[in-house]
Amino acid sequence: MALVRMNGWSQVDLTCLPAILHNHPEKITDAVRDAVARHRGNYRRVAIVYADCGTGGLLEQACNEMGVEMVPGPHCYAFFDGLHRFAAREELTAFYLTDFLTRQFDAFVWKPLGLDRHPELLDMYFGHYETLVYLAQTDDPVLTASARQAADRMGLAFERRFTGYGELATTLERWAVC
Amino acid sequence: MSDEEDDIILSELDDEELVQQMFDDLYDGLKEEIEEAVNILLERGWQPYDILTKALVGGMTIVGHDFRDGILFVPEVLLAANAMKGGMHILKPLLAETGAPKQGKMVIGTVKGDIHDIGKNLVSMMMEGAGFEVVDLGINNPVENYLEAIAKEEADILGMSALLTTTMPYMKVVIDTMIAQGIRDDYIVLVGGAPLNEEFGKAIGADAYCRDAAVAVETAKEYISRKHNQMAAG
Repeated sequence: MALVRMNGWSQVDLTCLPAILHNHPEKITDAVRDAVARHRGNYRRVAIVYADCGTGGLLEQACNEMGVEMVPGPHCYAFFDGLHRFAAREELTAFYLTDFLTRQFDAFVWKPLGLDRHPELLDMYFGHYETLVYLAQTDDPVLTASARQAADRMGLAFERRFTGYGELATTLERWAVC
Repeated sequence: MSDEEDDIILSELDDEELVQQMFDDLYDGLKEEIEEAVNILLERGWQPYDILTKALVGGMTIVGHDFRDGILFVPEVLLAANAMKGGMHILKPLLAETGAPKQGKMVIGTVKGDIHDIGKNLVSMMMEGAGFEVVDLGINNPVENYLEAIAKEEADILGMSALLTTTMPYMKVVIDTMIAQGIRDDYIVLVGGAPLNEEFGKAIGADAYCRDAAVAVETAKEYISRKHNQMAAG
């Protein structure tokens, strides 16, 4: 939404699926199929602003069948950071937050994992993690402080990495101007 | 929980009521209550194997079904598993002493590049509950770890787990190495993890994809019994 607004892509309409689908990746592919079926008759081109996002290749398969493009890569962390750069880092023990996830940390991470009610589960979920990496799309000290606070709550070291919108910006630009 | 339930004194329940109460307590993730109930049943002369299968596994099976049906979610399942772990901790040494029946041996681990082990740990626990001996290799396992362990432990089953789309293809690396070494058919290979599906399991040459811990147990039992039948026929 920010990229559409910043670039003045008035020819682009954005349809959003519920963000919480990321907590249930098995539901993403069908939700995307439904959205494409609903909207494709009204547009010259439909593109999917999802990466694989935990669908285990099923979303890519569905997009191929439907003849629509999707964002390459495993997840948004990789396309914000840059696919090759992200893969090369091999950060096994890093937990990532984006601007969105930092804003929605309680709603998308803490509460769905039951940590508000059962903090004793923290180690079962994150016992093998070492660092929280905040992939920042914007320069916002308030968000940085929130991300740092999230790291403290999870007992992880904190790192802020400014990525901007990374390959999401270039991919959307290619779609928007073609 | 109501006040009435809070007042339940486990030792005053008869065996049937106590097992039912254990189902409820497992469902609610009450570890201390489960430990107390296990000790009561032991004092009453129950065999450790019966406590494990009738009370603990019975209760976790209900939890598993409700998880599958979307009634319970991951936090509740973890709490229940933690409660069951408390009970199993008491029973495990006793099971070894009393020579409980053994179904087979499984080596299990999360694949290289992946540190997620919640699903794997649930499978390990339920497999142990079902009478399998489990050798858990932990997280981030390269192919060498798996191959060394299945040979050393003389395992029947190799279990591999992955949570990430980026790490699940490593399962194929392991299976392909087993094929190259001519040992693939010596083992039952079961795979699982959130981004996997049946198609992926077939594509990489696993024997089966297991959607959850309960399915893993049933699948393992089925393959072990097939293996025994083949041996009997051969």
